[in-house]
Amino acid sequence: MAQALSTPKKRKLSPLQRKEEFEFYLSILPWIIGFIFFTGGPILASMFFSLTNWTGLTTINFIGIQNYIAMVTTDNEFLTVIFNTFYYSIASVILGTIGSVVVALLMNQKVPGINIFRTIYYLPSVTSGVAIAIMFMWLFNPQLGLINYALSLVGIQGPLWLASSQWSMPALILMSLWGIGGNMIVLLAGLQGIPDHLYEAARIDGANKIQEFLNVTIPMLSPVIFFVMVISVIGSFQIFDNVYVMTRGGPGDSTRVLVYHLYQNAFEYQKMGYASALAWILFLIIMGLTFLQFRFGRSWVYYETE
Amino acid sequence: MEKALVAPVQSIPWYKTAKFRKTTQIILVYALVIPGGAVLILPFLWMVTTALKTQKQIFTFPPQFIPNPVMWSNFVEGWTKYVPFTRYLFNTLEIVTNNIIGNLFSCVLAAYGFARLKARGKEIIFYMVLGTMMIPLWVTIIPQYVLFSRLHWTNTYLPLMVPAWFGWPFFIFLLRQFFMSIPRDLDDAARIDGASTWGILWHIILPLSKPALATVAVFAFIGNWNNFLGPLIYIRDTDKYTLAIGLQRFQGIYGNVQYHYMMAVATIIVLPIVIVFFLAQNLFVKGIVMTGIKG
Repeated sequence: MAQALSTPKKRKLSPLQRKEEFEFYLSILPWIIGFIFFTGGPILASMFFSLTNWTGLTTINFIGIQNYIAMVTTDNEFLTVIFNTFYYSIASVILGTIGSVVVALLMNQKVPGINIFRTIYYLPSVTSGVAIAIMFMWLFNPQLGLINYALSLVGIQGPLWLASSQWSMPALILMSLWGIGGNMIVLLAGLQGIPDHLYEAARIDGANKIQEFLNVTIPMLSPVIFFVMVISVIGSFQIFDNVYVMTRGGPGDSTRVLVYHLYQNAFEYQKMGYASALAWILFLIIMGLTFLQFRFGRSWVYYETE
Repeated sequence: MEKALVAPVQSIPWYKTAKFRKTTQIILVYALVIPGGAVLILPFLWMVTTALKTQKQIFTFPPQFIPNPVMWSNFVEGWTKYVPFTRYLFNTLEIVTNNIIGNLFSCVLAAYGFARLKARGKEIIFYMVLGTMMIPLWVTIIPQYVLFSRLHWTNTYLPLMVPAWFGWPFFIFLLRQFFMSIPRDLDDAARIDGASTWGILWHIILPLSKPALATVAVFAFIGNWNNFLGPLIYIRDTDKYTLAIGLQRFQGIYGNVQYHYMMAVATIIVLPIVIVFFLAQNLFVKGIVMTGIKG
């Protein structure tokens, strides 16, 4: 008793503070339950599954890292899958970022009616899903589709798009560019957040429009561009709906991306263990790329506080 | 006096006047933005005009833009003839409604705790919430499937509806950001008047948070309306399909011939999203900006 009084280890909470703490944990109780059963628990389970050859029905056999070895030794499709995933991701992120920056700069111009154009450019990005995928299948139709018809008007014989193993991936990438409006809105908000006094200061120093753009706009916008790129990379590695609806990974394996491969292994071939290992590869690639972007981001992203 | 005003104007060459610059800017911007906008909007128009054509007109080359005759009946026939889309609509609405309410309930509660209540360990837990946003759903989907199969929940809507009641990190974050922007003085005044913690949430915070609640509802609506992977994995019986799965199966069976019906159904399915988009455009922008930039 005397010892407890002389060396109080924790500051005692008043009854009111205790009550508040209780209420806090009550308020996040649904999230905690959800976290345990739908996120945290599954993460641990997934790690474990990835070290087994479980099929969902048989007994669970622990096989160490053999699933991970099997990817490069016995899974003939794995290297193609990785190549396709990077192909899609790199092309769609680079083109999408450049496109959305250009569009955001245009939408930031003070010209009459610009709000109407902002709406038009933004709309496609919220309408994803099966209906839109089917709309694009029709647009990409080699004989009757609008895209090849438009190409024929300028004398180009359009490719077979989704029916060609060479052009199926470019088709999916083109389709992704249709939705750059979401990033455009984020970048536009970033542009509008650049304080006017920076432009005024630049003008007083005698900067012309191009110098203003290079020395004020781009540095001030770079954190937002960076954010957009990180989010886009994460999203592009998980493209599934369009692949499933439009190509089923084909023709051949030309659009077989990582998450489609994972889906098939898990839910069509019941290879739960192997598919879990693929999920961890996906996670590691995403984390690795995010880390790399932060690493290289330091050299080109400008933060005001620095 | 008049002379003094006119003189400087004369000294500026015509191509440097503010008016000329403004006009050039407008022309340049329009020259780039109008063709781009046309390219983005054409797919929608193409979808709608296809939906209004006869099958014969669809297969004529070169493609004709204007439907002749205009087949309004395609919408009815596509919707009812081969696949019971009305049934799928009600199935979808059941899931969507439940998930909007569930998300609002669980995320408002958690966001309120994070924004207003003091507790040990709060920061760590908040970082965990943010951290879970980074985890691809593909990592958790297999164990979740195993869990739901063990509970005999497959081929029911439970796997699609129950998780909504247990929080969604993005919405928790969005609502927390909004709640934090509400002045604390209001809470304090209410507390002095004897309001409880939950009374403050109900009577002070929520009435002031209508835009944020609407944003969550709109995002939840679109996400669940379009959800494809969930029903694909869990739903087997055709009469339990959602619109997304129903349309995909329809495409799989009739895809290469019935373009007019498919585009008609696709138009009907996209339409609610377009309507919600126009009604709630500002909410979208604010929601994105609030979580995207300030975060």
